[in-house]
Amino acid sequence: MEYINIFIKSAFIENLILSYFLGMCSYLAVSKSVKTAFGLGLAVIFVLGFTVPINWLITNYILSPDGLFGTDLTFLRLILFIAVIASMVQLVEMVIEKFSPSLYSSLGIFLPLITVNCAILGGSLFMVTREYNLGESVAFGLGGGFGWFLAIIAIAAIREKMAYSNVPAPMRGLGMAFLLTGLMGMAFLSLLGIDPSAF
Amino acid sequence: MAETAVKQKPLKEKKPIFGKNERKLITDPINDDNPITVQVLGICSALAVTTLIYPSFVMSIAVVFVCAFANLFTSLLRSYIPKPVRMIVQLVIIAALVTIVELTLKALSFTVYKQLSVFIGLIITNCIVMGRLEAFAMANKPWQSFLDGVGNGLGYGAILLIVALFRELFGKGTLFAGSPFGTLKLIGASPDFLINTTATEGIGTMFAWYQNNNLMVLSSAAMFLIAGIIWLHRAWNTKLVDVS
Repeated sequence: MEYINIFIKSAFIENLILSYFLGMCSYLAVSKSVKTAFGLGLAVIFVLGFTVPINWLITNYILSPDGLFGTDLTFLRLILFIAVIASMVQLVEMVIEKFSPSLYSSLGIFLPLITVNCAILGGSLFMVTREYNLGESVAFGLGGGFGWFLAIIAIAAIREKMAYSNVPAPMRGLGMAFLLTGLMGMAFLSLLGIDPSAF
Repeated sequence: MAETAVKQKPLKEKKPIFGKNERKLITDPINDDNPITVQVLGICSALAVTTLIYPSFVMSIAVVFVCAFANLFTSLLRSYIPKPVRMIVQLVIIAALVTIVELTLKALSFTVYKQLSVFIGLIITNCIVMGRLEAFAMANKPWQSFLDGVGNGLGYGAILLIVALFRELFGKGTLFAGSPFGTLKLIGASPDFLINTTATEGIGTMFAWYQNNNLMVLSSAAMFLIAGIIWLHRAWNTKLVDVS
């Protein structure tokens, strides 16, 4: 039950893009068409769903004082996390290439881009500061990825429609994308009233 | 006066290594090539810290430091880094620098460290740092790369401080809250503030209508402010207008 709770909370109420601005760079760069946004969103769900639990294992069994080495290694956290993310992205890329070439070709260049997507590292760091357990971090990873996916699809759909609007020249493109994200953030705020424990 | 004279002296001596091109490297990213409003890099870790000025200031310094030294070290190593693993080498350089910043901040100012929480760690994936390494440091000399890093860090910090100024002033009625030099309380509903909106006499009575804008504390406000900055910036500097 509490896993569903965390999933809903991380997907809607504490959305990684709309309330923490994580992953903004690829969000703004890749949201010009719904099709590519869909591919990137899927890849983010994959990678977040894997890296958060793996980094949980690393934090608790390697870096913590009662872990594998018996000493406090938390100062290595950032380097290890980013190494896990980089290798995880590589691994996911190879697995997808082997089992689903069609998905691989549609994701294409976006997979390597995910390494430097702040949402992925941010997810792992939030998992540490919020002290989730293993099950909760799986739910958090998937929920966070799903929220990111929803947000990028929504902005891409709106930006496609924006092509037919008469926007003042200095606001074209980037300016409108910022404004729309702000409005979407306000819309998502209305979800704050939801009590996930009611589900 | 004596101080300014001392400061100017070394600048004159350095002139051959700090010529026109070098100055351009620093000033360009602040206006024409701003990392946030033009290159669209590094927005991720930037906006969430801008509710208060002081944490944004600390964050800007951290980014200037990381950006400058990551550029310097990458540039020094650029001919020894094999192409296929260059991403990992760059990430390790950045991660090491960010770890230094994180531990220093934890030791010097624990409250700010708590406020910035995960966002210090997120400088690693800050696209400005990676972007400048790829675009500049891999192809240029160490000194120029260092200056390019400083310039991009400053351009990023400038936007951060502008956004934070508006958000703190209109959201909380204060300036520099939490800084070691004390908080400047400007306007609010208590006698601590410079303009006390509940006062029965003096200047405060003219501001009885004033209320803090709670929207400014929310994340959406940062997006609106940046959109506004982009609008003004592009209206003034028309060559940046997006033609597509």
